Formats: sequence, C-alpha cells, structure tokens
Amino acid sequence: MTGTIAVFRRELAGYFATPVAYVFICIFLFLSGIFTFYLGNFFERGQADLKPFFMFHPWLYLLLMPAIAMRLWAEERKSGTIELLMTLPVSLPAIVVGKFLAAWVFTASALALTFPVWLTASFLGHPDHGVIIAGYIGSLLMAGAYLAICACISATTRNQVIAFVVGVVVCFLFTVSGSPIVLDTLGAILPRAAADLIASFSFITRFGAILDGVIDLRDVVFFGSLMALWLFANAIVVDLRKAG
Amino acid sequence: MAMIEIDGLVKDFDGFIAVDDVSFTVERGTVMGFLGPNGAGKSTTMKMITGFLPPTAGRITVCGFDVWDRPIAAKRRIGYLPEGAPAYPDMTPRGFLEFCADIRRLSGADRAKKLDQAVDRIQLGDVLDQPIDTLSKGFKRRVGLAQAILHDPEVLILDEPTDGLDPNQKHQVRALIRAMAPEKAIIISTHILEEVEAVCSRAMIIARGKVLAEGHPAADGWQFGDLIAGPGRLDAVFRQITTGQAQGEAA
Repeated sequence: MTGTIAVFRRELAGYFATPVAYVFICIFLFLSGIFTFYLGNFFERGQADLKPFFMFHPWLYLLLMPAIAMRLWAEERKSGTIELLMTLPVSLPAIVVGKFLAAWVFTASALALTFPVWLTASFLGHPDHGVIIAGYIGSLLMAGAYLAICACISATTRNQVIAFVVGVVVCFLFTVSGSPIVLDTLGAILPRAAADLIASFSFITRFGAILDGVIDLRDVVFFGSLMALWLFANAIVVDLRKAG
Repeated sequence: MAMIEIDGLVKDFDGFIAVDDVSFTVERGTVMGFLGPNGAGKSTTMKMITGFLPPTAGRITVCGFDVWDRPIAAKRRIGYLPEGAPAYPDMTPRGFLEFCADIRRLSGADRAKKLDQAVDRIQLGDVLDQPIDTLSKGFKRRVGLAQAILHDPEVLILDEPTDGLDPNQKHQVRALIRAMAPEKAIIISTHILEEVEAVCSRAMIIARGKVLAEGHPAADGWQFGDLIAGPGRLDAVFRQITTGQAQGEAA
C-alpha cells in the first residue's frame, strides 16, 4: 500500500511537472466543448440534459487516453529507471496499480473540470441530475478501461510514439466493435452468436446504456473486469520483459 | 555471517551465457570489487543480486533472505546503483530522494535525518532543487549514489560508482565507500584498476561470465592466486589473467 501511494504520487506529480498536463486538460475541455455545442447541437435540441456532451466521450478518449498512458512504462524503459523501480522494495502489482491510478485520477480531474457544461444545463432548464451523475460515473469507468489498455501497451515498448499509435488502434477496436458498420459486416460473415459476443465488448454500447441513466451492475462489472484484466496483463508484460 | 551468498549462479539469455556458474560470498566489512572487460557479466550478476533479473539457475541470499522467494525483504536491505545511474529526469534530486524514502517506508524524524545525511555525504546540497535532467553527468551519478545509501542499507551494490566523476569527486566517493565499509557488505564493479587498490578488500576478475581469479591485498601488493601484483601493477596481472586465459582456451 505504501508503495502504491508513493508510485501514485510520483506519477501524478510527473504529469504536472511539465506544461503537458495543462495543455492536455485545455485540449480535452476545448474538444469536449466543440463536440457538445457544435456536433451535439446542445442548444438546438432544446433538452436540458448532457447527452450531447457524453455521447462523444468514447471518441474523445480514443485519442486522449493513449496520450495519457503512453509514458507510464515506455518512459521507464527508455530512461532505464525501470531497473531502479523494480529493485526498490515494492511489489510489481503495487507499481502497476499506482501508475494506473495516477493516470485515472488525472483523467478524473480533467473530467471534473467540465462542470460548467452541467451548470449550463442546470441554468437553462431542469436536467435530471441523477442521469448526469450516472453519465459522469460511466464516463470515468470507460476512461479507466481505455487507460488500462493503454498502460499495458505502454509496457510493451520503450517508444512512446509506438505506445500511442498501438493504443489508439486497440482502443478503436473496443470502441467500434458495437457500431452498425462493424456489426453489419460481421453479421454477414460470422454466426450470430459470435457477432453478439463482439458487440458485447463495445464501449459505446455499454456506455450508451449508462447514459440512459441506469447504472447496470453488468456494465460496471464489464468495465471493472476489463481494467483488472488489462492491468494483470500489464504486470505480466513487465515481468517478462524487464530490460530493454 | 555472510551478508551476500551466491551459489551456482547462471544467466542464460537465449543461448548466450552471460553468467556461468558463479559462486561467492561477501561478509560484512568487505568491499568486493568486480573487475572485468565490458560484457563480462558484471552488471548481469548485479542485476540478479538486486532482484531485477531472474537467474536461470542458482541461489542468491541477501542477509539471509532468498532474493526470489522473499524479494521485498531482501530489497529492503539492499542499496543499488544501477549501471548508468538512472533517475527520473523530470524530478529534482530532492523529489527523487523523497520518493525513494517513501517507497522505503522511512517516516518522521528518521526520514528527515536519513535524507539530510545522504545529501550531506554525497554533497548534493547545491543542486537539490534543479531538475535531474539539467544536471551534469557527475551529479546524476551522485544522485544515484545518494539514492543507494539513503536508507543506510546493510548491502550496497554499486555498478561503476565513479564513472563520469572528476578526480576530486572520485576521491570523495572512494572515501565514502571506505567510510561505510566496516558495517556493510559492498560490491562495486569497475574497470578502473586503481579503484580496486583504493577501496576494495577483495576482488574478482570476471570474463565471459566466469570468475577467472580471486584476489586480496597481500604484504607486497595484490595477490591473485599465484600471481602477485605490486602497487600500481594490477593492470599487468589483469591482462595476463583475462587474455592469457583466452589463449589457453584456444589452444
């Protein structure tokens, strides 16, 4: 536990050690604003809810989460500090969890800064706050799943650019697997059960269900177990490939 | 009691035998020098002792704890300066040492005292709040050293501790190692032969993963088996042992 906290604090401070964190938060807020107000027609819809805001989060995260997680392990490998870290008296799972939590908390703080959108909706009408809270929780869970995927990918390389690009590709697969384009194509060649299985891995489908205001335990378990699985894989990757 | 016990250590990197059946022990109060050409297996041996790389075969015990069965207990007792003295470039030495102190569960007055002591012994005071990225090579190495001695460990593993230091800094670091020697078991690797004479109480010449000779100071210099090197004459013996062996094998 002590080790996890120490790693967590170091990583979180690492985000803010350079202006990158602030730039990142600005980009996040700017893009989510554009998506909400222009693409999502927040005002024109005439409804006091945050659906147009949350709707684009999977696509936003698809690009931004790999950017947050790419340095987690790749940088340790590149600078050789992985050797230092792994010879300190702290267990590998504690390091993996500490790093992941730092990235997740950083994302949560960026997400928290979108509160003006919530205020706007409250000012203009009477939104269902329960649905909005569900949306935030769902968005955070989904972000955690993306981050866990990208943290694991970051552990496979010492090059942050590779970690980013591969991360985007894998996240893209998880994002679109439930979209009509993929399902129609797959439905034509695969048996129905297989297509359904692939669709069930879709972040958009899961997140969409939460956006309707119902936090189904199954969706929470889905994102939670996905995080656990990828972090477990992360630990295995680090253990197998320590040097280089 | 032997603080470091190594028995039949082997490291096989997919067919390349980096360390080949190495066994030795290091007692408290000993400064053991690893001497050898580049690629001899010195660093690989150190990486295994500190629990970074898993050995292919053999056992390593540090302060009575098997490094692979009880890694955390063993690592608590080890201070390690890895090859190249890696440190987080975006941190300051202060932040970096505090991070190490946190992971090593130092707290309260003890933490403050040990941090002060390490900074003082390594003389890092002037650069404590500069990002490590901006420090000179010598200071980076010293930050790594400060991290290694921070928790006053019983076992110190230092991979080329004076590499990149100027002559005065080298002198300081050697004095520091000598000062710490009585209550610790220390292993240093080096290819500077004078360093062995300056700080070590034992030395092993390693090449191609094998221990070729083991030496200790004698009445008239250093003694490696039958060979005796007079003061400042270690290089001749080193050449004889490392290259002579190669000729012997070829024949």
